[in-house]
Amino acid sequence: METKNLSLAYDRETIIQQLSLSIVTGEITTLVGPNGCGKSTLLRGLARLLKPKAGEVLLDGKAIHALPTKQLAKQLGILPQGPTAPEGLTVYELVAQGRYPHQGFFQQWSPEDEETTREAIAITNMVELADRPLDTLSGGQRQRAWIAMTLAQKTPILLLDEPTTFLDIGYQLEVMELIERLNRERQMTILLVLHDLNQAARYSQRMVVLNQGRIVADGTPGAVLTKELLANVFKVQANIVIDPDSGSPVCLPYRTAVPTPHSNGANGHKK
Amino acid sequence: MTTPAASVSRSGNGRLIGRAVWLPVGLLVAIILLVMVLAISITQGAAELRLSTIYEALFAYDATVFDHLIIRTVRLPRVVAGVIIGAGLAVAGALMQGLTTNPLASPDILGISAGAAFAVVLGTFLFGGAPLLVTGVLAMSGAAVAAIIVYALASAGRGGATPAKLTLSGVIFAMFTSAFTTAILILDRNTFEQIRFWTVGSLAGRDWEQVLWFGPLVLVGLIGALLLSRQITTISLGQDVAKGLGQNTAVIKAFAALMVILLAGGSVAIAGPVAFVGLIVPHVARVVCGVDYRWIVPFTAVIGAILVTVADTVGRVVLRPQEIPVGVMLAFVGAPFFIYLARWKIR
Repeated sequence: METKNLSLAYDRETIIQQLSLSIVTGEITTLVGPNGCGKSTLLRGLARLLKPKAGEVLLDGKAIHALPTKQLAKQLGILPQGPTAPEGLTVYELVAQGRYPHQGFFQQWSPEDEETTREAIAITNMVELADRPLDTLSGGQRQRAWIAMTLAQKTPILLLDEPTTFLDIGYQLEVMELIERLNRERQMTILLVLHDLNQAARYSQRMVVLNQGRIVADGTPGAVLTKELLANVFKVQANIVIDPDSGSPVCLPYRTAVPTPHSNGANGHKK
Repeated sequence: MTTPAASVSRSGNGRLIGRAVWLPVGLLVAIILLVMVLAISITQGAAELRLSTIYEALFAYDATVFDHLIIRTVRLPRVVAGVIIGAGLAVAGALMQGLTTNPLASPDILGISAGAAFAVVLGTFLFGGAPLLVTGVLAMSGAAVAAIIVYALASAGRGGATPAKLTLSGVIFAMFTSAFTTAILILDRNTFEQIRFWTVGSLAGRDWEQVLWFGPLVLVGLIGALLLSRQITTISLGQDVAKGLGQNTAVIKAFAALMVILLAGGSVAIAGPVAFVGLIVPHVARVVCGVDYRWIVPFTAVIGAILVTVADTVGRVVLRPQEIPVGVMLAFVGAPFFIYLARWKIR
């Protein structure tokens, strides 16, 4: 999956400009960047929730906006930021909706639909909670149910927009471990937007840093997460240490960076 | 259409087994209740009739019996009109709530009924006693124009048509058009006399002509709503989620909007802008049957019909021989319910 000179805009305000990015199959890639940098907008563009203003998004060489939307939904699952379910919707009912792209207008619920739905519930550890309405669950359980819905779609690619935002730390890790497991055990290609740099570094093979609608750094967490980048893009002074448990870099911000006249985030990676 | 029927046997948990058996039975019970309410409603009027007389009028009709004539030409068309507008407005509300993920969406709150009513009043003012065909066309176009204006107003600016913006633009549009409607009614005595009751929503004097002209429109809307119901369940998860699942949301929204215009326009053409049915009934139906629109639509239709029939009957009885229009009766029930919704259901 890749974008070619992709530009995305809301009304007249251009958010993403001429962006080219290629997502490697089988990897967990994380988009990070300061508020308003366009990371969520980019994800929405990749998921065809937003039409490109210019350029295109390609999946296996084909422009996704030209593909039938149902066909694309068998290739690519998307969980938007902060989805809300109608009151009373149960986990099972939600996950069953994930079968939507595999059904025709009059087609019956098939044994395959049932099996895939159960499997999605099982892999997200939601079996005990399958009959519970979503509004009676904790934030982490609810997020797992939504992820289960996208898994019932049976897509090789999964896009997630800030799946851990507003969750307690324990629930955050629960969701991240699930994502890691989906990547490792099912070889799913996962692209997610994250707020937390350390989680991004810990769980992904590749980090892409956006600032003002452009890619300013792209590579392994170790290569991307540097003092310079944090100062230039996130405007903080920080120490980078290595997590003895996972070996991934961890940033410890200690002070806001004093902006220097000639540095701006857009060229932070060159320094 | 799809039914996750296997969920019944899935977990050994009694709740879902209960639900799967419960729903058809519940719907049947609701239909029986509706028939009972209809029968009682027909007995009530200037002269109180016996249930056996109704049975005879229906199945052993004798044109020389005055009571039979009353039932066939006055009371029966009135209750049928009530069933049609009750089901029509309620299902229109259900579709709108599912489509917009807005618990306040309904033909009255979002200005659809007000638009249809204004078009009809304007037509009556300009052309005098308009024939029914014209009334119907006016009501439909009024509803359609209202839907387009309200949606366009709400979509302006970043973030699109959020529930709050949609509600606000609907209420504002309803107030604005109602002001024109009222102005016409005050300035023009003729129009006022003709449709005074109609503008608050009334079933008084509805005859077969109205039922036969507009009933089929509402019926088409109801069938369309049933066919769309599974799609509405999906879109009620939110537009982004529905799009991500591969739904062509623009097409579904256009079809559903067309059904809303048929349902609400047809209902308003019959009985005027009856408020609150479209708002409250879908919420009552959800308490009974859950979140699946394949069940919400039929339950909403039947409960809407029951509510309107009961309100109309009570309105005829409480101040006999005076009559309280059904629209006024429903406001008595609807206003407190609206406060409840605003207080608890809006996130």
